[in-house]
Amino acid sequence: MAERVVRLPDVGEGIAEAELVEWQVKVGDLVREDTVLGAVMTDKATVEIPSPAEGRVVWLAGKVGDVLAIGSDFVRLDVDGKSEASSATTAPATQTANAPSIQKAAPVASVVPSPSSAPKHIAPSLQPAATPPRREGERPLAAPAVRLRAREAGIDLRQLRGSGPAGRITHDDLDLYLAGGTTVTQHQAKTAVTDIKIVGLRRKIAEKMSVANARIPHITYVEEVDVTALEDLRAKLNEQKRADRPKLTLLPFLMRAIVRAVAAQPELNAHFDDEAGVIHQHAAVHMGIATQTGPGLVVPVVRHTEARDLFDCAAEMIRVTETARSGTATRDELTGSTITITSLGALGGLATTPIINHPEVAIVGVNRIAIRPHWDGAAFVPRKMMNLSSSFDHRVIDGFDAAQFVQRIKTQLETPAMIFIDA
Amino acid sequence: MADITCKLLVIGAGPGGYTCAIRAGQLGIDAVIVEADRPGGTCLNIGCIPSKALIHAAEAYETVARAADGNAALGISTAKPSLDFAKTIAWKDDIVRRLNGGVSGLLKRAGVRSVAGRASFHDGKTVAVETTNGVQLIHAETIVIATGSVPIELSSLPFGGRVISSTEALALAEVPNGLVVVGGGYIGLELGTAFAKLGADVTVVEAAPRILPQYDGELSEPVAKRLRTLGVTVLTSARAMGLNADGTALVVETADGGQTTIEADKILVTVGRKPATSGFGLELLDLDMNGPFIRIDDRCRTSMRGVFAIGDVTGEPMLAHRAMAQGEMAAEIIAGHRRAWDHVAIPAICFTDPEIVTVGLSPGEARDKGFEIKTDLFPFKANGRALTLDRDDGFVRTVARADNHALLGIQGVGVGLAELSAAFSLALEMGARLEDIALTIHAHPTLGEGLHEAALKSLGHAIHI
Repeated sequence: MAERVVRLPDVGEGIAEAELVEWQVKVGDLVREDTVLGAVMTDKATVEIPSPAEGRVVWLAGKVGDVLAIGSDFVRLDVDGKSEASSATTAPATQTANAPSIQKAAPVASVVPSPSSAPKHIAPSLQPAATPPRREGERPLAAPAVRLRAREAGIDLRQLRGSGPAGRITHDDLDLYLAGGTTVTQHQAKTAVTDIKIVGLRRKIAEKMSVANARIPHITYVEEVDVTALEDLRAKLNEQKRADRPKLTLLPFLMRAIVRAVAAQPELNAHFDDEAGVIHQHAAVHMGIATQTGPGLVVPVVRHTEARDLFDCAAEMIRVTETARSGTATRDELTGSTITITSLGALGGLATTPIINHPEVAIVGVNRIAIRPHWDGAAFVPRKMMNLSSSFDHRVIDGFDAAQFVQRIKTQLETPAMIFIDA
Repeated sequence: MADITCKLLVIGAGPGGYTCAIRAGQLGIDAVIVEADRPGGTCLNIGCIPSKALIHAAEAYETVARAADGNAALGISTAKPSLDFAKTIAWKDDIVRRLNGGVSGLLKRAGVRSVAGRASFHDGKTVAVETTNGVQLIHAETIVIATGSVPIELSSLPFGGRVISSTEALALAEVPNGLVVVGGGYIGLELGTAFAKLGADVTVVEAAPRILPQYDGELSEPVAKRLRTLGVTVLTSARAMGLNADGTALVVETADGGQTTIEADKILVTVGRKPATSGFGLELLDLDMNGPFIRIDDRCRTSMRGVFAIGDVTGEPMLAHRAMAQGEMAAEIIAGHRRAWDHVAIPAICFTDPEIVTVGLSPGEARDKGFEIKTDLFPFKANGRALTLDRDDGFVRTVARADNHALLGIQGVGVGLAELSAAFSLALEMGARLEDIALTIHAHPTLGEGLHEAALKSLGHAIHI
């Protein structure tokens, strides 16, 4: 038979390996030219690998989650179609390295959600698939001897799922249950373990978080901000907004306030390359916006915030977060941030301890706005209060500088005219 | 007389009571059983056993009588048989006597003390028994009430004279010429059929629109047909009003609203049975009741601690095998075992001709419970063994869930079908599916193949139909 080897192409600049996130074919499938064989994920993006030829799949490089070397065998096709399919599954071992992907090559390693990379639930093999679950109140099917044994052991058979025909509970099911490794349906101590393989985006998130938390000594600074005036202004602007302008949330104001704060303290808008011992201070303020998507957390970037006005910031933020959520963001939209904002919106909480988006040096976290009593010197008045929880790389940012930075933001947000006036 | 103190006292030595006492004895419990009559209860003395004896004798007589009439298809002819009914009754009594002795022996062997006499409660721990030697007080940690049931009397037809219950019907000196059976349930029809075969002119008066109203029409129809063949008159939607003026005939209001008078030597009233809950001081315990029955939980415990109840006194179905199962379970619970009533089905058999066997849910009951079902029947017309028995009436019917084919019920009607009840019950209790029945080899030629074929039919591949 004529075999055609499809190798894993170079799917990104200068990367050595990629993680397999999806197979779209299986051994035995007939594929045409350009049929998508599978997808791999690099630090930057998910890339689908098309078939270069027509043929029958006889071998696949590995399973989802494996890391494959660029240039290694990816799929083998039988291209003359004469041989039987399944004989060639024993192939020489390929370089399926399990080492974590290389962090160094990526100055800003934002990650791309891939809709197809949802974690696969690995069901415990004990559970029979065929039997429909019993209806509420339906008595379990079991032979009298099984029922007696269960009663003597103090087991309510309704808690067991039977492996027998029609869901019949067998002596084996009972043994299994007594041994403690079985399928419990309700109100019982549960012992089953569901193994979920961490692949794709979740793996990227896990790696990034580990690196950031292990390498960066965080200092987190929480400050209270009176946003009553800002909220009034925001409400007015939204009330009178032009049709072509986006509705304003609090974040565009914060983005602008950060732009002005880093203008005064450029050391906060920087990347710290700790291996080289160099801080790269950026003139551009590329604002990362931590965004929750279906598969997990990603950080799309509003580029050049320093050159955008309030509405432009708002519009661009909406655009990039939408592309991130829909999984259509490009590499550019997901990389290169110099400082990051994280907000949980309505869930904001009282305070958070944000993890810095490595290799940045600062992240600003927005907490929930709540009306709280405020002592104005004569009486308690209701004010709209919000906390900012911000983390800094304590290796290069001192507590004093961190506090000063947050105070700069606070001052602007409490007196929002300052956001717009160059002093 | 010295008081008796024991761990367990069972009141009533019917099937439930004696089973309970024997099992308790096996488990090392110090048990005493009290019975006013002979051991064995209604079933053994005046119910199941004697009626089956009479039914068998009647069947044998009828077979011969049919041969004498030249109606036997088997090529057998004989002179007209004669019946010495007193001898028949004596034969029946001998069976009962042997079984009485058997039960007594079993109780003794299990170490159970028997006290003969009528018991009455003093309180939940103390019972007085009127023995021939005086009153015997018994103190017990636990008491099991197994007093059974008695025939229901109609106020318009009080027992006495020509009006008899099943008890008297099983001890008649001669076969009555004219017998009216009031109540076309299983007891009345079993006895009515037997007497019809023994030569009596039998009329059945049933208030419902058809006989055996507790069964579905599919099951009762072969019996109704056979009754017609045997010459039994069946009046449905008819009410027994009472005796005529001189007490020689029964006045019946017929379906059309008219009245008819039926001459009868004996009028057998079998309109049901009621629990025996009076006459022994039960009211002193003030137990929770369930209608006329003593309320019990799934462990046969009454509302009073240490007082159990089993058998007919606890509710329907009033069947000996239910009482036995309850008795055995109660004894084990009293011995500290973990048991509870979790049976799937209680089989019921109607020893009419042909016999009806029901286990589990009928198609109608299954649908009422919200099941989607597959139900099929296999007629004995297509069964070789039935033909060789010269009886091709009846069928076996399976009722199974449509989704997973688990059997919900098995019923059948046919001659000698009672013996198949074991297979039916086992299938249900084991949680069998149609496939299990279909994949079990059923011996040929037997009526049991009917079960096999009914299951195959539901699966869409019956062989013989």
